[in-house]
Amino acid sequence: MEWLKRNQVAAGSIVVLLVGAYVFYAINDNVATSMFKGAWFFAVPLVLGALTGVVGERSGVVNIGIEGQMLVAAFAAFFSAAASGSLVVGILVGMLSGIVMGAFLSLTTVKGLMDQIIAGVVINIVATGLTSFFYRPGKVLSSNMPQWDIPLLSQIPLIGDVFFQTGPIALFALISVPVVHFALFRTRWGLRTRSIGEYPSAADTAGIDVIRMRLVNVTIGGIFAGAAGAFLSMEATAGFERGMTAGRGFLALAILIFGGWRPLRVFAAALFFGFTNALASQLQGVISIPQQFITLLPYLLTLIVLAVAAGRVRAPGAVGQPFVKGEGS
Amino acid sequence: MADPRDEPSGADQGVVTTQPTTEATPPPVVPERGAPPPPTGVLGLLVREQSIIVPLVAVVAALLIGALLIRAQGVNPTYAYQTLFTYSFLTADGLQGTFEKMVPLILCGLAVVIPLRVGLFNIGAQGQLMAGAIAAAATAHAVREAPGVIIAVVAMVAGILFGAMWGSIAGALKATRGVHEVISTIMLNSIAAGLIDYLVNGPFKDPSSPYPASYSAPDASRFVPLGVVPIGLPIALVLAVLVAWMLRRTTLGFQFETIGRNRHAASYAGIKLSGMIVLAMAIAGGLAGLAGSVEYLEIDPYRYQDGIAGSLGFDGITIALLARSNPLGTIPAALLVGALRAGSSNLSFNTGLQPEIVDMLLAITLLLVSLPIIAKLIFRRHTAKSSALASSWGS
Repeated sequence: MEWLKRNQVAAGSIVVLLVGAYVFYAINDNVATSMFKGAWFFAVPLVLGALTGVVGERSGVVNIGIEGQMLVAAFAAFFSAAASGSLVVGILVGMLSGIVMGAFLSLTTVKGLMDQIIAGVVINIVATGLTSFFYRPGKVLSSNMPQWDIPLLSQIPLIGDVFFQTGPIALFALISVPVVHFALFRTRWGLRTRSIGEYPSAADTAGIDVIRMRLVNVTIGGIFAGAAGAFLSMEATAGFERGMTAGRGFLALAILIFGGWRPLRVFAAALFFGFTNALASQLQGVISIPQQFITLLPYLLTLIVLAVAAGRVRAPGAVGQPFVKGEGS
Repeated sequence: MADPRDEPSGADQGVVTTQPTTEATPPPVVPERGAPPPPTGVLGLLVREQSIIVPLVAVVAALLIGALLIRAQGVNPTYAYQTLFTYSFLTADGLQGTFEKMVPLILCGLAVVIPLRVGLFNIGAQGQLMAGAIAAAATAHAVREAPGVIIAVVAMVAGILFGAMWGSIAGALKATRGVHEVISTIMLNSIAAGLIDYLVNGPFKDPSSPYPASYSAPDASRFVPLGVVPIGLPIALVLAVLVAWMLRRTTLGFQFETIGRNRHAASYAGIKLSGMIVLAMAIAGGLAGLAGSVEYLEIDPYRYQDGIAGSLGFDGITIALLARSNPLGTIPAALLVGALRAGSSNLSFNTGLQPEIVDMLLAITLLLVSLPIIAKLIFRRHTAKSSALASSWGS
């Protein structure tokens, strides 16, 4: 109740959106279901990528390299799954490669004090170089990703269809959002993470090992980008292509900012992106829009959203600034 | 909270004192506070020249790592490198190819260097180049009846203007709305690609072309190389020198540099931050746009078609970091990258290696040159702090 009073706008808009979605569903259940499914499908890698950003940037490390993390993970996941014949191995290797890339970012920026933006851009370029050099066409997965129907939940009209008749990685994304939100705002780890991202010197004075915590957080945070990569090459499609992330890592960054560095809002923002995209593809059948305009819509939307959101959200105070013990901040 | 960029930094570029009283004077060189006394003799020379030595070491190390990768593919690395560089430097075709690649590479390198001096990281040279190229293609076709020189000049001016406009969008978003330039320029790259894909499939398509492409440049306007030297090369070289002069010797350059080192001080000194940010991005976009129009006028098939930009814009980032954001450094860096790019298909043909080996080599080079580790390993405590620092969300 307390929460409802404080978040009238958020609660109100959720109700309005849900009612709207169900009215749409009542009018035409096929179109509505496929559109919302498409929206969530588009949103999954963005949500996961943005969660990597949330964990990193709440700890004070800007991560421009999400795109590269996702690309390497997509590559590693697909080819290890194809080589081992096991989807589980693929997913695990994908997540692991995300973590390894996160470790690289944190070591160079937190330990090595390299400029965080440059480190991220370098990760992206290196990821492109690595994956295009080692890419070999013609590999296939031994089996398709399973589709699970979650008992009971998948029976809910619309919501069940969209969220609970799902592949494993999409389910992972769905679960990760509230888990990260809870961890960030309700646990000791979360409080400490936010404090080293806001005011590392104060956190340091309070006895928190800022350097170590940033190293661990940025490294572990890579697991989400790794899952996003595995989603792209194994669940959304079954195949890897050069440069297949196509800017999704940057869309995730935009969503991270649009969502104000909060997992639940990030989730809503990603769904909004996904829905706009689904709407545009749907409209294409009704009015003639050139295909290229549909493709570039998410990018244009990102610019607009960032231009609107930039003044309204506040980044973690110390994001982007290296911490050197004893030098203050 | 003080920004880390505010601290006095390395001795290789000189440190700007934060009270720019006489605006046009070059930044005086002040030794870093608390730094060990500069060593003398051979070591001193090495330390002073580390902005040259570090990239050299990085390139050599990258080639060595690349040699391991090439060996892993079952090809003799010595033979591979010999094939690559012999073609790129010692054959007429190859040398011309290297020079032709150098032109857009230098310009895109400069398009990254200038914003870097202001503390902005321009990832959008790719999109700005494409915008310039399509503008050149459109205007050249529009004035196709004019004499060749006029067409070429009009196309180049259009390329510069359109590239500048494309770049300044990111600058304006940064200056007025605080949208981070890395995201906005990446988005603008994708938007440019989408819009142009529509244009060359629709309004601008040459019906006589079997694949989506613009009309070709009129014969009279095409750049004919002088021997192996394409006309674009002297243009790019002169611009590199001009940019170096602009950054070191003019008020504008001083203002850029001051903003890059400490934007609070710059603002306090009366420099209009937002105007300067837009201007820096516009100049960068103009240079990349020029690269696009030169590609259109100089490179067979003289059309805008898919892949005209290749990865030139992203190579510009590698070049700028290899050059340690020194405009003149873009020339040797572009020579190296150009040789790799020009020789890649010949290498692939002769050894069976994938042409992407070049992307890999460049990625390793970029990684090594941007990691502070190399400099630390060689120079220990005499390491100059990196002068290239971009800004984060907040600032």
